[in-house]
Amino acid sequence: MIEGAAWRRWVFYNIPLILFVFILLFPFYWMIITTFRPDGELYRPWNAANYQPFWTNNPTLDHILYLFEETSFERWMVNTMVIAAVSTVISLFCGVFAGYALARLNFPYAGGLGTAIFVTYLVPQTLLFIPLAEIIRSFRLGDTPWSLILTYPTFLIPFCTWLMMGYFKAIPKELEECARIDGASRFKAMIYIILPVAVPGIMSAGIFAFTLSWNEFIYALVFLSSPEQKTVPVGVTSELIRGDVFFWGPLMAGALLGSIPVAIVYSFFVEHYVSGLTGSVKG
Amino acid sequence: MALVSIRNVNKVYDGNVHAVKNVDLEIRDKEFMVFVGPSGCGKTTTLRMVAGLESITSGDILIGDTVVNQLPPMDRDIAMVFQNYALYPHMSVFHNMAFGLKMRKFDKAEIDKRVRDAAAILGIEDLLARKPRQLSGGQRQRVALGRAIVRHPQVFLFDEPLSNLDAKLRVQMRVELKKLHERLGTTAIYVTHDQVEAMTLGDRVVVMKDGVVQQVGEPLELYNTPANRFVAGFIGSPAMNFAEVTLSASGGKVWAEAPGLKIGLPEPVARRVGSRNGTKATVGVRPEDLHVAGPADPAELCFDVEVEVIEQLGSEIVLDTRAASNAFVASVEPTLRVRMHDRLRLAINPNRLHLFDAATEAAI
Repeated sequence: MIEGAAWRRWVFYNIPLILFVFILLFPFYWMIITTFRPDGELYRPWNAANYQPFWTNNPTLDHILYLFEETSFERWMVNTMVIAAVSTVISLFCGVFAGYALARLNFPYAGGLGTAIFVTYLVPQTLLFIPLAEIIRSFRLGDTPWSLILTYPTFLIPFCTWLMMGYFKAIPKELEECARIDGASRFKAMIYIILPVAVPGIMSAGIFAFTLSWNEFIYALVFLSSPEQKTVPVGVTSELIRGDVFFWGPLMAGALLGSIPVAIVYSFFVEHYVSGLTGSVKG
Repeated sequence: MALVSIRNVNKVYDGNVHAVKNVDLEIRDKEFMVFVGPSGCGKTTTLRMVAGLESITSGDILIGDTVVNQLPPMDRDIAMVFQNYALYPHMSVFHNMAFGLKMRKFDKAEIDKRVRDAAAILGIEDLLARKPRQLSGGQRQRVALGRAIVRHPQVFLFDEPLSNLDAKLRVQMRVELKKLHERLGTTAIYVTHDQVEAMTLGDRVVVMKDGVVQQVGEPLELYNTPANRFVAGFIGSPAMNFAEVTLSASGGKVWAEAPGLKIGLPEPVARRVGSRNGTKATVGVRPEDLHVAGPADPAELCFDVEVEVIEQLGSEIVLDTRAASNAFVASVEPTLRVRMHDRLRLAINPNRLHLFDAATEAAI
């Protein structure tokens, strides 16, 4: 807490906070206002007499209607949802077990392996998509949801593994030892004791993985080609930017509607999510 | 109920840290055995090897007649109480206590009965629905104990279970543990670094240092006849006084001399000294075996000191004194009137003088 005179509170706390919140929220505001602004206002030159960039007096749903009537936006939403959900489940499943093994099983070179897995996460997707495209082509998975469901885990599993490894390490060893003395096998101790205790960590990993695959762009752009198969980020940008013409209204409407599910997921799990990040397990 | 045999057990970590060296112990049926020693002495490692949480590098551990070296913890029929209690945070007290029984597929009625019986013994019946985080330290400790006793195991293992409690609660739980052991009669192995706990709880006590067992015996045996200087210094509070002396024989007596100190060794000790005449040794005397010299005390057992610090404890006075380079702590009657920097003459209780070899530190 900032102590002392009132001006100190303003200078060191309130004003920086207001600036920060403003900078964070302004793009969302811009997205929302553009979504509901009629085309006539959107393309009005800046020096026109009635130029009014931050507000509109004639809100319209035209752009949203355009999105649903003229593009396959519902399909894109469903595609994105299914791909993000399935690849999140796969990655969580592998990440939880791998993280547990790396944190607890003390096998030779566990530490080195943990670092190696993290390093794979650091390899940029902009390089990886080239060999992956070759693999997708060989397996004839191009232009199907499987091309993404199977490639997203290449960066999601290292991420989940790393996050879960840290979380499992923070859980006192004695909990598990006690369970094993109580009559549980290593596997049962994990299922009945460690996993329930790790739920906040698993949720954080899940939310992150879901968001990462929801927003993923490069793989989706490269591996999918027909409009019906696309995900929201790729669909919106490829179908609503034609040549050098930007359909700003529908573009922003797509961005707005596309970010709503993620926002819902976040707010739904926020409590668990926060305790997962702070990672506290008290006996 | 069972005896536990630890036969020539060694533990070597990563090929170079020798944590437990040739430990050979027999813990009798229904016995309360305490392992005590400074941190890093191998006591907890030994306990964890009995539990099956740590592999044995060489040697055998038997519970009853079974060699358990290769058995997983779940098959050893033991229960363990951990220092941090290790309660399952997502389960209620009832389910914490029932977990071991559920894993062993007891039927519901039996689980319910056993948990309620254990809760009644420990006085935690009204906490059964709570989660561990809603409990105080003492209550958590009881739940951890309850979780161990519902199983009716062959052996209880305690790993410093009281060290997270405040001083008052620790004394109270110590008494309860003793009563509980009396009532259940289960063989118990208890690890602690606190020699008071060791003395008060143990039927027998094992003193360890650097992975080696220093002495095994009943508490008073360790106190009265310590096997070496380490045990003598570790057991007892305030700790035993030591002085490095040179032994010499003259006038039919054996004398132990140090700067500011010349003590004629009592007859039984002198006889044991034998051929060590002229060598170095260590004299040990407990604070309570020193008293202010009176006319009846033989002169060869008295020496002069200067009082440096006076600690009034009510029931006794603890004096920190100095004779030349040697410091002596003496606990004397509370009626003594003494001030700092006073000079006093202290006398040693002749039957309570200890002598240790300077090189091997073994008792002479």
